[in-house]
Amino acid sequence: MSTATMTKGASNPPPEGSDRTRAENRLGRKLVAPAVIVMLVVTAYPMLQALYLSLFRYQLTTPDDKAFVGLTNYWTALTDSLFWRDTWNTVLIMVVTVGIELVIGFVFAMVMHRVIFARGVIRTSILIPYGIVTVVSGFTWQFAFSYNNGFLNTWLPFVADDYNWFGGHWSSLFAICISEIWKTTPFMSLLLLAGLAQVPEDMLEAAKVDGATWWQRLWKVILPNMRAAIMVAVLFRALDAYRIFDNIFVMTKGQNNTESASFLTYRQVIEQFQLGAGSALSVLLFLSVLLIAYLLVKLFRVDLAQARQES
Amino acid sequence: MSSEDNTLTWWVNPDGVETQKVLAEQCSEGKPYDIDVQQLPTDATQQRVQLARRLAADDSTIDLMNIDPPFMSELANAGYLAEVPDELAEAATGSDVLQGAADTVTWKDKIYGIPQWANTQLLWYRKSLAEKAGLDMSKPVTWDQVIDAAADNGGTVGVQANKYEAYAIWINQLVEGAGGHIVSDVEKGVDLSIDIDSQAGRDAAAVIQKLAGSKAAQPDLTNSNEGTSLGLMYAGAGEFMTNWTFVYANYNGLVGEGEGMISKQDFADLGWARYPQTVEGEESRPPIGGIDIGVGAFSEHKDWAFEVAECVTSPESQTALAVTDGLMPARASVYDNADLKDAYPADLLALFRESIDTGAARPKTPYWSTISGAIQNVWHPPTSVQPDKTPKESASYIRDVLDGKALL
Repeated sequence: MSTATMTKGASNPPPEGSDRTRAENRLGRKLVAPAVIVMLVVTAYPMLQALYLSLFRYQLTTPDDKAFVGLTNYWTALTDSLFWRDTWNTVLIMVVTVGIELVIGFVFAMVMHRVIFARGVIRTSILIPYGIVTVVSGFTWQFAFSYNNGFLNTWLPFVADDYNWFGGHWSSLFAICISEIWKTTPFMSLLLLAGLAQVPEDMLEAAKVDGATWWQRLWKVILPNMRAAIMVAVLFRALDAYRIFDNIFVMTKGQNNTESASFLTYRQVIEQFQLGAGSALSVLLFLSVLLIAYLLVKLFRVDLAQARQES
Repeated sequence: MSSEDNTLTWWVNPDGVETQKVLAEQCSEGKPYDIDVQQLPTDATQQRVQLARRLAADDSTIDLMNIDPPFMSELANAGYLAEVPDELAEAATGSDVLQGAADTVTWKDKIYGIPQWANTQLLWYRKSLAEKAGLDMSKPVTWDQVIDAAADNGGTVGVQANKYEAYAIWINQLVEGAGGHIVSDVEKGVDLSIDIDSQAGRDAAAVIQKLAGSKAAQPDLTNSNEGTSLGLMYAGAGEFMTNWTFVYANYNGLVGEGEGMISKQDFADLGWARYPQTVEGEESRPPIGGIDIGVGAFSEHKDWAFEVAECVTSPESQTALAVTDGLMPARASVYDNADLKDAYPADLLALFRESIDTGAARPKTPYWSTISGAIQNVWHPPTSVQPDKTPKESASYIRDVLDGKALL
């Protein structure tokens, strides 16, 4: 977004007119300068610092060993199977959770939109999970899946009572995804509800009069009219899901190969004090988030400005 | 700040915190300073992270800190710890301090901490289970015997095999018990020699492979920790479990009636023996843990801090921690204390002492966290461990990580 704004600003013709206009412009620039400086300090500085650090071999606890290594850290990361395994995990979690959340979220949105009785109660109860801190919901689901004090094994008829969900890769990922889906589906349904509210009632009425079935009204009227809202919901959730950290940290601590890309970065920087390699990873994480945003916007041709105007 | 100028901050780990607070009060009585006790996270790795991050920022408010022994060398090497003055050397590494504990506080021939309590692991077991299996527990037993005895009699073997520091401890003790080392020549820094790809490493892997594939494995083997194995001592046929010294005090506190309590008969069924042997006939090497008190290099009150460090590691303080919290003394003489003898059976005390004196600490290198993490990555889950593959793979991986050629 910021790039677009900057380009737009740069292409504007230089201010013309009286001395007074120019003076006012100068004053304007002076007035916004403090805000611009603060923005640069809080956003650009850490990013530039990370870029700089990523060029060094630098462990916090062995400061004497610091050395400039150029792009070695990036090369190490990009040729490391651990990096790709964790990235693959992250992409998998992102695709699965966002896909399922989109379907369930849409059903919830329909319920919230159409419900006649106990509207407030139903809407509130659907939204409750989103109000819970992720770490807390992570612990809640961890306990629920636990084989010795959890309740899920006793509830599920096809699962042995002492089945250890966190004992294997796929079952751990399953538990993480369930927790993630439970937590953020309300957010999805909230965004979709906003989209549903924009579908013109008269269009639906007209379709009904023309004899369209419920299914036809859904596919031909409701969904096309919600396209922008759906895409914005998918984009927001996908970017959010790609950064997944807390649920994994709480539920498995990354064991059984359930680490995500941000977990790997966390471990390098915070646990291993590898500031150089960790910074390289965080730059790569940042670039992959940009890439996903770019791909989604291009792929689905979402016009963010249009979507924002409509909502 | 001026009102806090005479306040010392002491970061304690979450073992025996209440007793530590009492010690802090006693040690500051009549002194010109107060002691503010702050608590570190539960997890050893997180404790290290918390301390190192603050110290890296030259935090002057860390006056005293409880340090897990394997992190001593890293913190000392980075210049984060104040050197212990000569007059306190006797309290830190003197003849009364048990060898295993004294070894933990030195780095490059200098002393950087005073041992407060020492920890070690024993083989805890249900006597009735061992009896049923026909295992003579008065003689040293091997991992093989323990696993077979449990598997053949409906019991289990409790270990710490989650992907965390305690799993690296298990592997270290298995390797040491087979006469080998994970790494050696630690004085060479990052160029140390990596020895895990050896017969000892394969012997260690064989034990893990055997347990993981045995009926004696607990259902949560891959994420078991010190706490998860505790409850299985009295469930079903019972278990053999390697665990720290706190087990006795913990179970003793649970004797009674009602839910979650254990009966007197059950408690009487609790047995203890020396850590199992990796290889038959070769003496086992139990782990060394515990806590060393260090003084922050950036503290503005180092003299006071060392005075407090001496006080909270005194024989009286060590007795209090042992009797109240089951945290065993680092000094030999305290084991003869009457209060301690009242609180623990004589043979258990003797076993604790022997175990701390003859155990094997984790390698003393500032790179231990990296090495430990690399081992955990390759050796976890325990079900994937293969003697002819895992030690070899972990050796080359540790080298790559130390050289910055692989991520951890």
